[in-house]
Amino acid sequence: MALIQISEPGKSAAPHQQRLAVGIDLGTTNSLVATVRSGMPVTLQDENGRSILPSVVRYLANGSVITGEAAKKAAIIDPLNTISSVKRLMGRDIADINASSGDIHYEFAETGSPAPRIKTVAGNVSAIEVSAEILKQLKHRAEQALGGELTGAVVTVPAYFDDAQRQATKDAAKLAGLNVLRLLNEPTAAAVAYGLDKKAEGVHVIYDLGGGTFDVSVLRLNRGVFEVMSTAGNSTLGGDDFDRAIANWLKQQAAISSNVDQSLVRQLIQKACDAKEALTDADSVTIEISDAANGISWHGTLTRDILRGLIDPLISQTLLPCKRALRDAGITRDDIADVVMVGGSTRVPRVRELVREFFGREPLVDVDPELVVAIGAAIQADILVGNKPQDEMLLLDVIPLSLGIETMGGLAEKIIQRNTTIPVARAQEFTTFKDGQTAMSIHVVQGERELVSDCRSLAKFELHGIPPMVAGAARIRVTFQVDADGLLSVSAKEQTTGVASSIQVKPSYGLSDSEIEHMLRDSMSHAEQDVTARNLREQQVEADRVILALQAALKADGERLLSTDEIRQVQSKLEMLQKTRQGNDHAAIKRAIDDLNQASTEFAARRMNESISSAMAGHKLDDFGR
Amino acid sequence: MATAGLTHNYFELFNLPADYDLDLTELSTRYRTLQATVHPDKFANATDLERRLSMQQSALINEAYQTLKNPLLRARYMLQLKGVDLSVESSVSMDSGFLMQQIRLREELEQVRSQKNPEAKLLVVAKEIEQAIAEQVVVLTGLFKEGNEKKLPQIADYVRRMQFMVKLQQETEALEEELIS
Repeated sequence: MALIQISEPGKSAAPHQQRLAVGIDLGTTNSLVATVRSGMPVTLQDENGRSILPSVVRYLANGSVITGEAAKKAAIIDPLNTISSVKRLMGRDIADINASSGDIHYEFAETGSPAPRIKTVAGNVSAIEVSAEILKQLKHRAEQALGGELTGAVVTVPAYFDDAQRQATKDAAKLAGLNVLRLLNEPTAAAVAYGLDKKAEGVHVIYDLGGGTFDVSVLRLNRGVFEVMSTAGNSTLGGDDFDRAIANWLKQQAAISSNVDQSLVRQLIQKACDAKEALTDADSVTIEISDAANGISWHGTLTRDILRGLIDPLISQTLLPCKRALRDAGITRDDIADVVMVGGSTRVPRVRELVREFFGREPLVDVDPELVVAIGAAIQADILVGNKPQDEMLLLDVIPLSLGIETMGGLAEKIIQRNTTIPVARAQEFTTFKDGQTAMSIHVVQGERELVSDCRSLAKFELHGIPPMVAGAARIRVTFQVDADGLLSVSAKEQTTGVASSIQVKPSYGLSDSEIEHMLRDSMSHAEQDVTARNLREQQVEADRVILALQAALKADGERLLSTDEIRQVQSKLEMLQKTRQGNDHAAIKRAIDDLNQASTEFAARRMNESISSAMAGHKLDDFGR
Repeated sequence: MATAGLTHNYFELFNLPADYDLDLTELSTRYRTLQATVHPDKFANATDLERRLSMQQSALINEAYQTLKNPLLRARYMLQLKGVDLSVESSVSMDSGFLMQQIRLREELEQVRSQKNPEAKLLVVAKEIEQAIAEQVVVLTGLFKEGNEKKLPQIADYVRRMQFMVKLQQETEALEEELIS
């Protein structure tokens, strides 16, 4: 496919140099980082040979931060400053968190804003900052192991994450200093690792039960193309809930009052988790609880039968989304080639049993369910960063939840239905309700319910300056665009006058760009110079990219697709950029890039248009050697 | 010259004949080939400009694919290409047989919840709706094949009927969702 070469401008600069790229699985309980080394995907380990980094962050009074195993160990002695399962808080406000799960082990600060900030001895921290600490640790591990700075990372998210949760994850990655190549859905990542490993074809179901989230995706695999047909799930259900159910049982058995200190609660949860894991192999397990401070000493036995009674209701909750995913994909159980188990919680034998019963077949567990997501993300990162220009792999994913806007009477009007393939852009026209109305408020929501109050509110923005007209005369065109990361942006335009308004959808409890920049500044030792140097370098990189890409494009297609006059215009802007690139003014470089882009937009569009035509013109698919 | 892709209608985009009787396997093969050419993942390393164009093109191809793949959307799109816009149509006249069927199916759907085995009953209704849509596709295929401008009102009539059926189908799906959860 000849025209793909325009996407590889950097290659001519350093043809043999492999760019360093990683895949990161940012999990509720555990996180991992993986990369492709000499063509083989591998997870990267810490100095003790462990791949898994517990997603636990401890804040100390002196301001230092401990991440991972050491933090996890401190959870019992320092529960309030040790944050675990922070993924459950991402993109959520306090009302959501209180509604979703009872036991949150830390205290929230009263900040007057809906964004939850956790009180610690080192000050209040947001879920995004805590996640960024985990990501920084993984970034550090990767740079140590690979011996250089990372070009980019693919970060995975639950497929069922909504826009606010995705945005929060991307913000955390930026805050950790990562260049996010793509947010990738966890089941899709697993399918990549699994599919490439097995050369699998046909329809596959990925059942992904992690520590705090559940996803099910139905994918069709066809010659390197992974087409997600549907996805469903529950972003507040996972193995953590199993632990909690067991811990509650322990409380009852040991007659522990519900009003105990956090340290004991943490201990109970740890015991519950250990018991759950022990029951993977054993039929029963003995548990001991002793806590002098609370005067508790108890021991007893948890059997698989008792466990079953505790967790069956939770596992059943995963089967409804499975039904829904099959229906949305328009398939029956007989159409499925394989059911693949992903996520640490699928190690629980009872989960496998119920999944086997539901799908009527033995689920596959042969790829390590805890590593497979990071591995898949690493494979995609390697391709996205340009290390494998000939690779045919293509991921076509979907949005998990419908997007819409509020209309009269508090109803949600869906503009993009769930399970629509991304990227997607869709527009809808609205009009004014009253004579002379000059402003319109647009409320963007996500969810399946009819009432706005039952959906997730993503953003509200106002379009001003609508010329006064009679009711119903104005034509306001609202365009929704969801990119390949599943992130939404919305723009609105009054058609008769061209008044425009555009926003990047940011929930009120997310971070603004300036907040991120501010936090980045704070985290750097020589704030000002570093930010300036960083800006300059970013612009220089983009300038080099643009220059190389355009030179290559002009050489290949300039004379064919452009008039002499058009070539001259592009050339002059190109020379201007080359000159500006030599200087140190990042703003000037940015302006020159914008100028050149403007001058060459038409050229780029013609080339893309031509690549589409030539991909279709009189060719059969086999002609492309796929 | 206009922006890439926008000069083409959806059929031209896939280089397929503008025929209602579309080879859906060929359509999906071509869809995958096109996405393999323009998808943002193929431009992750490219300039901002190229990435923006790639996203627009990829979104357009997704939209075109979803439209052509679906029998109702495809029919409406073909009418639209011929200048018939069903969304602004106001006067709807249906023959009485079709109306009776609609009323009966609606009544049956309403009664599903009170049945002893609601899921089985729902399946029966859903099958009938599916069957009716399949028959409408056959009729539309024939009408479009005649390619006669005079047939357009008749085609529009059938597309409207199909709209009613698809609406009913969506209601059965909503009910199914209610029953499984």
